[in-house]
Amino acid sequence: MSTPILEIKNLHARVEEKEILKGINLTINEGEVHAIMGPNGSGKSTLSYILAGREGYEITAGEVLFKGKDLLSLAPEERAAAGVFLGFQYPVEIPGVSNIIFLKTCVNSVRKARGQAEYDAIKFLRIVREKAKTLNMDEAMLKRSVNVGFSGGEKKRAEILQMALFEPSLAVLDETDSGLDIDALKVVSDGVNALRDPSRAMLVITHYQRLLNHIVPDHVHVMAAGRIQESGGRELAQKLEANGYAQYIKAA
Amino acid sequence: MNTAEELSGKARTLSELKPLTDKGYAQGFVTDIEQEFAPKGLSEDTVRFISAKKNEPEWLLQWRLKAYRHWLTMTEPDWGKLNHPPIDYQDAYYYAAPKKKLKSLDEVDPQLLETYKKLGIPISEQETLAGVEPRIAVDAVFDSVSVATTFKKKLEDIGVIFCAISEAVQKYPELVQQYLGSVVPIYDNYFATLNCAVFTDGSFVYIPKGVRCPMELSTYFRINAENTGQFERTLIIADEGSHVSYLEGCTAPKRDENQLHAAVVELVALDNAQIKYSTVQNWYPGDENGKGGIYNFVTKRGACRGDHSKISWTQVETGSAITWKYPSCILQGDHSVGEFYSVAMTNHYQQADTGTKMIHIGKNTKSTIVSKGISAGKGQNTYRGLVKIMPKAEGARNHTQCDSLLIGDLCGAHTIPYIESRNRTARLEHEATTSKISEDQLFYCRQRGLSSEDAVGLIVNGFCKEVLNELPMEFAVEAQKLLSISLEGSVG
Ligand SMILES: Nc1ncnc2c1ncn2[C@@H]1O[C@H](COP(=O)(O)OP(=O)(O)O)[C@@H](O)[C@H]1O
Ligand SMILES: [Mg+2]
Repeated sequence: MSTPILEIKNLHARVEEKEILKGINLTINEGEVHAIMGPNGSGKSTLSYILAGREGYEITAGEVLFKGKDLLSLAPEERAAAGVFLGFQYPVEIPGVSNIIFLKTCVNSVRKARGQAEYDAIKFLRIVREKAKTLNMDEAMLKRSVNVGFSGGEKKRAEILQMALFEPSLAVLDETDSGLDIDALKVVSDGVNALRDPSRAMLVITHYQRLLNHIVPDHVHVMAAGRIQESGGRELAQKLEANGYAQYIKAA
Repeated sequence: MNTAEELSGKARTLSELKPLTDKGYAQGFVTDIEQEFAPKGLSEDTVRFISAKKNEPEWLLQWRLKAYRHWLTMTEPDWGKLNHPPIDYQDAYYYAAPKKKLKSLDEVDPQLLETYKKLGIPISEQETLAGVEPRIAVDAVFDSVSVATTFKKKLEDIGVIFCAISEAVQKYPELVQQYLGSVVPIYDNYFATLNCAVFTDGSFVYIPKGVRCPMELSTYFRINAENTGQFERTLIIADEGSHVSYLEGCTAPKRDENQLHAAVVELVALDNAQIKYSTVQNWYPGDENGKGGIYNFVTKRGACRGDHSKISWTQVETGSAITWKYPSCILQGDHSVGEFYSVAMTNHYQQADTGTKMIHIGKNTKSTIVSKGISAGKGQNTYRGLVKIMPKAEGARNHTQCDSLLIGDLCGAHTIPYIESRNRTARLEHEATTSKISEDQLFYCRQRGLSSEDAVGLIVNGFCKEVLNELPMEFAVEAQKLLSISLEGSVG
């Protein structure tokens, strides 16, 4: 019944000479939301970058399947077209390129690769406006350069807006809660929850359990020192909140 | 501008970039046409030949000869940050013209028609829809002659003269004699002096007092013949209170040898007049190994002679093996304004040494310089600019911003600003930045579905936005495409 979207098998990776991922195993099925929690430096962002295809990592062992097919051989843009979306921990600035142009260029590029009709300007604007509204985003933001001068909250909202537009099969959200105050956290979480869908898988990466009060995961994994140290239901997040990561750091 | 307009306007090209499957330099074809040449090489006879071909009055012949004789005493400037083998001025033709008189542009260059069509510019007047106001009038210069100018009659009705300079010499000799060489004197510099001796054709514009030219005036320059230099001469005069927007584009075939292009452009703005001069320079840049390409040694200068006059240069320089070009403003009139907006891109082995000179003479004169240099491949890009404040220029102001963008590790960017201020009330600001397209930016764009090339195109267009915004809309679209195409092969 449950079809896997993402299967990570014994993934080992290193940067330069340093081994960062030391055997990750993780399967996420359609409709599921998984959370990865862990202390800083445990390899969470590295995992998300490898899933999205960033260069500079050497995969020394293991494999990653996306909808049953090898993911690691695809270029980043091919993964995007196939339905992999990464919400960045640190969204990147592109001076001089307005959000709306960026979004339209990217969305149409992906739609084209997926064999879908490209949106014309008017239609696209309508769609974006509607989605932006549900995220409490100021319309003026659409005209501003991508992430330039955005507050932390604005950046994260912009990431969620992008996710909504790309309609991914797998959304990896890297520390979407960092830099958010409580109100923004609520808006962003609502945005994510609105995208929960029986056909979509999500991997929510966070340092803090508070995000998981808003985005309630089906499974929680604790990552430390490049490995998943423990997996469980959402109660695991609460246990971490109470006890911290100390035991895992020691164990690792 | 609201977001919908922005979407449907300039930047919509970004999505149009993709269908451009025609990789590389798309204009590199040769038009097969029978041509007449001047005898090869440069001598007084060549000068006389050209002058005779154009049926010029004696004063102009003498003017040319004076220039030629002076040129013989000059040496090629070597202060540019440029490298090239010596140019053999005897190994080229200085005049090439179609044997049969061409009556319309479609006889010349079907691709040219296509280009303009894409821009939505009717090239033959018949094509203009009834009831639709034409937006652009076009003059086309093919090697040494002007082929056709559209909407001449319509413009004449309001007193605007827009024609080939050779025609202006015949029809408006007093105007030409009064202004030719008045901004760029015949002894100005090596290439300008050469141009005075052998210039062949170019555009002439006169806007009478108080007239706002109702359409954009555009000249398209095409070098077609082999081994031939192009020496065009453009003269634009905006009389008191008049306005004009002029733009030029250019292309050349792909050839293994280097061809010389040494143009002179002179602008004169009288009281309260405004001239906006835009260039999209797309001469053949040479191949990826640096073979061939146009040597573009150009002198462009505008005189803001009148009070409250304004001259604005906008250039997008993507072509040529070498670009040596400093469109300048002489701000004589009180409260006159000079602007220079530039994008210069060098890829492969291209070299550009370009910038501007703003000479503040009148009171409260104001100038703005925005330069965006993009270097990729082994390209070398130098901004060289002079801001000079003369003693009487009370309250003069300049703002200069020079940004360089590097793509890859083998290219170079250099910023050489010269500032001379002889008036203590002047306010001068200079900002300069150098940046690289970061891995983070590329990865971010690719994660959002763009190929590396499209990502670089998008980032570069963003980097140049301030300048592209200054171009008339149709040309902003064209310029964006050119920037992306010129970057091909610059990302791995
Ligand atoms: N490009 C890199 N070069 C060297 N070390 C890196 C690089 N990227 C990440 N690391 C190291 O890998 C470890 C994991 O980093 P990261 O994946 O960012 O962890 P997290 O997101 O869990 O905080 C850290 O020790 C970090 O310093
Ligand atoms: Mg991280």
